[in-house]
This record gives sequence, C-alpha cells and structure tokens, in this order.
Amino acid sequence: MHIMEGFLPPLHAAGWAAASAPFVIVGAVRLRRIVREKPEARLLLGASGAFAFLLSALKLPSVTGSCSHPTGTGLGAALFGPSVMTLMATIVLLFQALLLAHGGLTTLGANVFSMGIVGPWVAWAMVRGGGAVGLSVPVRVFLAAFLGDLATYVTTALQLGLAFPDPATGFTGASVKFLSIFAVTQMPLAVVEGLLTVAVVNWLSRNSADDLRLLAEMRGEEKDSGHVA
Amino acid sequence: MLRDNRIVLGLAAAIVLLPLVMPWEEKPSFGGSDDKASGVIEEVRPGYTPWWEPLWEPPSKEIESLLFAGQAAVGAWLLGYYMGRRSRRRDGDTGRQGTQRRARDARP
Repeated sequence: MHIMEGFLPPLHAAGWAAASAPFVIVGAVRLRRIVREKPEARLLLGASGAFAFLLSALKLPSVTGSCSHPTGTGLGAALFGPSVMTLMATIVLLFQALLLAHGGLTTLGANVFSMGIVGPWVAWAMVRGGGAVGLSVPVRVFLAAFLGDLATYVTTALQLGLAFPDPATGFTGASVKFLSIFAVTQMPLAVVEGLLTVAVVNWLSRNSADDLRLLAEMRGEEKDSGHVA
Repeated sequence: MLRDNRIVLGLAAAIVLLPLVMPWEEKPSFGGSDDKASGVIEEVRPGYTPWWEPLWEPPSKEIESLLFAGQAAVGAWLLGYYMGRRSRRRDGDTGRQGTQRRARDARP
C-alpha cells in the first residue's frame, strides 16, 4: 500500500496532502484532548499506536505469491475513533518513509489518506454499524479490522489508477490492474489482521475492564450502546 | 469461536504459513506488492521515472530488515508493557499497586 517516493505526479501528491492535512490536524487535537482530560487513557492509547507500529512492520506472505503487510489501525479506530489513528498512521508512515525508504515524503499525503483515513473510518463505521444491527463484539471487531485493512489497499489501487490511467482502458482499466495486485494479495492478510485485532480485544475485555469503562465514559454513553467497550 | 484466543491466533498463524507450504507449480518470489505495482506503472507509462528520490535508503537488504525488526520490536515491547501493566494476577491484583501491596504485607 505504500506508494513509493516520487511515484505520484506533483499535482496528485499535493492534492492528497491537502486532502489529508485537515484529518491529521483534527487527530492531533483529539489526541491532545484525550491525554489532557483522561491521562489514564494514555497507556491504552500507546498500546493502540504500538499495535499499528507492530503490524505495519510485518511483511506477510500471501497466497498470490507476493508479500504485503497489515495496517493495525482497526484496533485504535474501534477503541478511540478514527481521528486518533490518522495521527498514529502518519507517525508510522513518516518513520517508514525516512528510515526504510518505504513510501515517501512526496507520497505521504496519499499514503496517510489510505492507511490513516479511509481504513480507520471504514473500521469505525463497521464497529458502530455492526452494533446497530446486533452483531456480537468479536464479529464486529473482526469485520471492522478486515474491511478497514482491505479498504486501505483498495484506496491505494484507486489512487494509482487515477495517477496512471491506462492509455487504452483509462482509469478503470488501470485501477483493475492495481486492484488485482493489492486487493487480491491483501485478502488473506486482511483476515489475519481481523483475527489479531479480535485477539487483542478479547484480551482487553478479560483484563482491562477499567480501561474499557474509561472509553465508555469518554464517549459519554451507556456501556451497551453498540460499541466495543 | 472468535472469543477463544487459542482458536483465533491459531487460525491467524495457519493463514500466514499457508502460502509457504502450499504446493506451487512454480515457486513464487514472495516479493513486495509495492514493487509489483511499479511494474504495472512501467507497463502503463513506459519510462516513467520518479521525480523525487528517498532522502536516505537502507544500504542493504540486511540493514532494511534490521530496521523493520526494530519497528516490530518497539511495537511489541510497548504492547507487552501495556499487557504486563494490565494483566490480572491470580489474586486479583493488577499492576504496580498489587506488587507494592504484597511487598508491604510481606514485611514483618
């Protein structure tokens, strides 16, 4: 899902950066407010960021014969909402762009958009929506992380299709080509990400009742309002 | 089923290992999907050259894998720290308070 350094035309690079910037700022503001008002949530915040840091460092083999990595943003999005994870993903992507030559500074805006905005928002919407239709917590968390991961990679494919339309088949043809690489490879890895996220939430529900109560308080809702906590 | 972490983690491990033990007709390279995408770019727009280069690149595959391992280690360490702080001890105490209390109670 990393669009490599210099691989987006300058206009596209600037456009995605402009699209992502407000989300990053809102994420920073939200994070600051959580840390200020609920300092006891810092530990779980750190753990959510750590999960994204860990998962996005793992390049896993897929049944297509190539490797790719999960994103790890679904967990934090389910717990804290999507904005906070936008900031976390930005930190991860910046680290990888500067030290690993993975992704890049010119493509940071586009990569933040896919991994830090689309993925977390899809995951969060799934957690909320799944609660509304009465799915159990583990099923909701699984679907949230699975779909968030997949949506991240679909976004990358569309971004590349937009930047490199096929001379014969245009945006659609190019997007299909990129989707066949990213989305298909990502399928089993998105399932793995869903499972790992469920494992962490299972652990939280058994060991971190206080933290989950805190999250419920932060949202100012009843405990069973169709949310993970 | 999804509530039992043994099943959940076992399934995740199986899916990760499956491609490595699958009977392939020809052995795949297991290269990164990002590189494959640049192949498609080359196909669609032959001769496209990136207009910006990374400021710094790991000097070798080994150094790159070191840095990836470092990233995973930092993530796992923080996650483990959280779990250690929050894990329930059998006597119902959690974290440092339990340790301090037990230390206090142990004094004659």
